[in-house]
Amino acid sequence: MKPVPFTYVRAESVEHAVETLRAHGDEAKVLAGGQSLLPALNMRLVRPAVLVDLNFVAGLDGVTQENGSIRIGALARQAAAQRSELVRTGCPLLAESLPLVGHFVTRNRGTVCGSIAHADSAAELPLALVALGGEVVTSRRTVPASEFFVTHFTTTLEPDELVIATNWPRLEAGEGSALDEFAVRQGDFALASAACVLHVEDARVTDVRLAVGSVTDHPELVDASALVGHAVDTDGARSVADAVAASIDPPPNLHGSPEYRRRLIEVLVERVVARAWAEAT
Amino acid sequence: MNAIAVTVNGRSYTELVEPRLLLSDFLRHTLGLTGTHVGCEHGVCGACTVRLDGTAVRSCLLLAVQADGAAIETVEGLAANGDLHPLQEAFRKHHALQCGFCTSGILMAAADLLENRDAAPTREEIVDMLSGHLCRCTGYEPIVDAIADAAGSS
Repeated sequence: MKPVPFTYVRAESVEHAVETLRAHGDEAKVLAGGQSLLPALNMRLVRPAVLVDLNFVAGLDGVTQENGSIRIGALARQAAAQRSELVRTGCPLLAESLPLVGHFVTRNRGTVCGSIAHADSAAELPLALVALGGEVVTSRRTVPASEFFVTHFTTTLEPDELVIATNWPRLEAGEGSALDEFAVRQGDFALASAACVLHVEDARVTDVRLAVGSVTDHPELVDASALVGHAVDTDGARSVADAVAASIDPPPNLHGSPEYRRRLIEVLVERVVARAWAEAT
Repeated sequence: MNAIAVTVNGRSYTELVEPRLLLSDFLRHTLGLTGTHVGCEHGVCGACTVRLDGTAVRSCLLLAVQADGAAIETVEGLAANGDLHPLQEAFRKHHALQCGFCTSGILMAAADLLENRDAAPTREEIVDMLSGHLCRCTGYEPIVDAIADAAGSS
């Protein structure tokens, strides 16, 4: 349970980090909060030749308002985002996701952007970012969250590309959001998770974004267009939940069969749709 | 090897460390501060929790080289001048430990919770914090009682 030997590079700036990544390609790993990378290093699941530590780069830990979004810098800790008034009032979906990420102590160190870049298929923050239609800002471009996640622990990031920030759309008037999951214990990765953002006008849904996580290889938007044009009632939420559950094919894992996880998705989708509607109206 | 300068429980140290040395191993093996315990080495059990510049962190998920320039507090530093910290007093009063393996990590996390986050946490908040710490002796109830009691008295 000790990491393999590696060269440690303390990045002085974003440019320095990117240059180091460029020089070492796949052999280098970026270290931010380290709450996922260090366990993987300790278990020797990853054996990088070079570790690029971002933690000493100044100016990357901001949580700021930018146009219609909240911009969270690469070094902003999950605990800092959780305490942010801007997040609490402007992005309730992120606010309700954060307490589900790891534990009190790991959130002190773990970063919001690190969770996004790590791309665990069962993680809450990637699911929330996809449901919100947020963006990932990298050292060379801005990528919509729905195009960022590819599969387990895999994103569209190039080996020499660094996540600088993530943009979390603010909830607007007439919108409601909800995220829910089922995990065996608090802080565990979820067996199934779902998140919904609804836009409501004149007591009718005008736009919906529904995403599921844990049961697919990356958080994915699913079809909930049946909700558009109607008020959400129990039957409406249930029929969308049925359709989503039928459309997914969750892999079995130690704690649940595919059938069990499909049933969890059904329950969770119904809950998040109903709650997002209640929040919006 | 990298040179690092850290303050641990108010005392300054300058040491040469291999980059892959975990902070937990630095504290225990290099400095001999074995009050910080090592359980799972992947951030789940919470036994190795210490405070880095006042904030509770897993010392098994930090490299010693990352702590360069930081002030670290371990359980050895909790009892100032030999007087038990209010949390330690409360743990003793409520029988909140048996084997003690998890205790130092829980004390350091609880100290951060009470000093920096919420001086009067609800029972639910205490339980949520404790979800990151595995204890196999106590059934947790006395630990929750002790932290709630310490919050009331501090």
